[in-house]
Amino acid sequence: MSQLPRPNTEELRAKYPDVFERPASARLALPAMIAAAFAIFIYGLVDLDFSPTKLIKGISELGWITMLMMPPNPGSSFPLYMQALGETLSIALLGTTLAAVLALPVSLLAARNVIPSNLIRFPVRRFLDSIRGVDTLIWALVWINVVGLGPFAGVLAIMVSDFGAFGKLFSEAIEAADRKQVEGIRASGGNALHEIRFGLLPQVLPVIAGQVLYFIESNTRSATIIGIVGAGGIGLQLAEQIRVLEWQKVSFLILMILIAVAAIDFISTKLRFAIIGQRAVV
Amino acid sequence: MATAVSILPAPQLAALEETYRKAVARKRLKAALATALFCAALLLAAFGAEVNLRTLFTYFGNFISYFDRILTLDSGARVWTDPAEWFWGWQKWLKLLGETILISYVGTLTGAVLAFALNFFAAQNTSPGPWLRFVVRRLLEFARTVPGIVFALIFVIAFGLGPMAGVLAIAIHSTGALGKLFAEIVENADMKPVEGIRSTGASWLSCMRFAVLPQVSAGYASYALLRFEINVREASVMGFVGAGGIGQELVVAIRKFYYSDVSAILVTIIVTVFIIDISTGWLRGRLFGKETRR
Repeated sequence: MSQLPRPNTEELRAKYPDVFERPASARLALPAMIAAAFAIFIYGLVDLDFSPTKLIKGISELGWITMLMMPPNPGSSFPLYMQALGETLSIALLGTTLAAVLALPVSLLAARNVIPSNLIRFPVRRFLDSIRGVDTLIWALVWINVVGLGPFAGVLAIMVSDFGAFGKLFSEAIEAADRKQVEGIRASGGNALHEIRFGLLPQVLPVIAGQVLYFIESNTRSATIIGIVGAGGIGLQLAEQIRVLEWQKVSFLILMILIAVAAIDFISTKLRFAIIGQRAVV
Repeated sequence: MATAVSILPAPQLAALEETYRKAVARKRLKAALATALFCAALLLAAFGAEVNLRTLFTYFGNFISYFDRILTLDSGARVWTDPAEWFWGWQKWLKLLGETILISYVGTLTGAVLAFALNFFAAQNTSPGPWLRFVVRRLLEFARTVPGIVFALIFVIAFGLGPMAGVLAIAIHSTGALGKLFAEIVENADMKPVEGIRSTGASWLSCMRFAVLPQVSAGYASYALLRFEINVREASVMGFVGAGGIGQELVVAIRKFYYSDVSAILVTIIVTVFIIDISTGWLRGRLFGKETRR
């Protein structure tokens, strides 16, 4: 049996100093970062009043609640819950569609290849960023002040907060579009509007449709929670039942939400495959 | 030089045009059907959500004037004319904002650690057994689908009012979201190093540690930072249900019509979210190079 030659460590060391003697700063960077992250974590635990006794007590309480949740049982309010679920789905669909319709023209203003001037693009972008910085629940509270309690406030809240997100995503899709087709339209004598309609939109619409479908899906989730502040849908029922400690109803409502979200998920994935093809699905 | 475009004889052309017309008509019909279906769904939704355009038109002025009101001080002046009066409670608000950021930090880190512990079981290529994989996947799905604020509502009852409920709610939700993303990274990892290490007789744990982890850790950190950004937003509303942070102040200000306070708190939240977004974006760029930046 032949033996491998012993490596000459000294020679290798001399040959590749970078590998054997990394500077101390490079070697210490990772442990230092981990230590810092851990230190902040501990500080956070202390500052946020974490205590083992509270934790254990809470977990045993949670176990008790879970026991009470079994089996899920809607009592006599099943029709009411189905109606609330329908309301939630309506809120998600309507809010997302309205947001997409409103965001499309604005996203053109925020796209570099449509509006080259920074003077317009910059304020539009910051405006969209500020809208996105505010959570859907906060928008729901604001709209409740304006149009009163009920699902309509929820639709408007989803619309406004998605408007910010769509504006950004659409403008990115438009910026990623191919320039050549727009040039082709211009070469054949089209005006600026024709360029957008026949050069840009056919490229970006499938991308946009995919994003809208994805948002309808994720908004089903958001729409379940805006009811907690009074903006309609199944969240209202859920929050109420949690407050009055009707745990069997709570677990039934959570189960309904899970099933609805899974169903929407399934449908929208199918539709997205149909619209943009297997390859482009992210 | 003038070149003539050759035109096909009429009967041939007619046949071609007929086929083209049919193809376009079929496509148009499909599009029209889809549009009609969609519009029907929208109408149904509008009915279900009690959309009332008259209410909107009547009250839309309120929406504009609401912003007018929140930008006006009690004295009647515009808020920016007297920043000291506008941000009168800045010490309290900054403290609560700090609490909000800490909630999302502790929650994200806990969630990331839990997701890290679970993701190797959830990924198709590294899971030790299909049963375990199924169970872990369903667990993550559950944690991801139930919204964070619903967990917060339940935890507030179990753990009492305060930031602890918020932290735990964010931690659970993040575990679900990150667990899925982490598992996807692992599924995209190259399996050859794993084979190499297994061939030396290493255990499953060593395979994960020395073959998979070096490939995926950058992606993990990047997603965790992204999640932190999202969680700062989420933590800002945890106070709505009594789970700590700035949300409590905001909901009180909105419900009790302390108009200028609403705008002041909103501005501080938006600025904080901006700062967090920019700094985590910078950090991701520093740590992982430009290409992983989104």
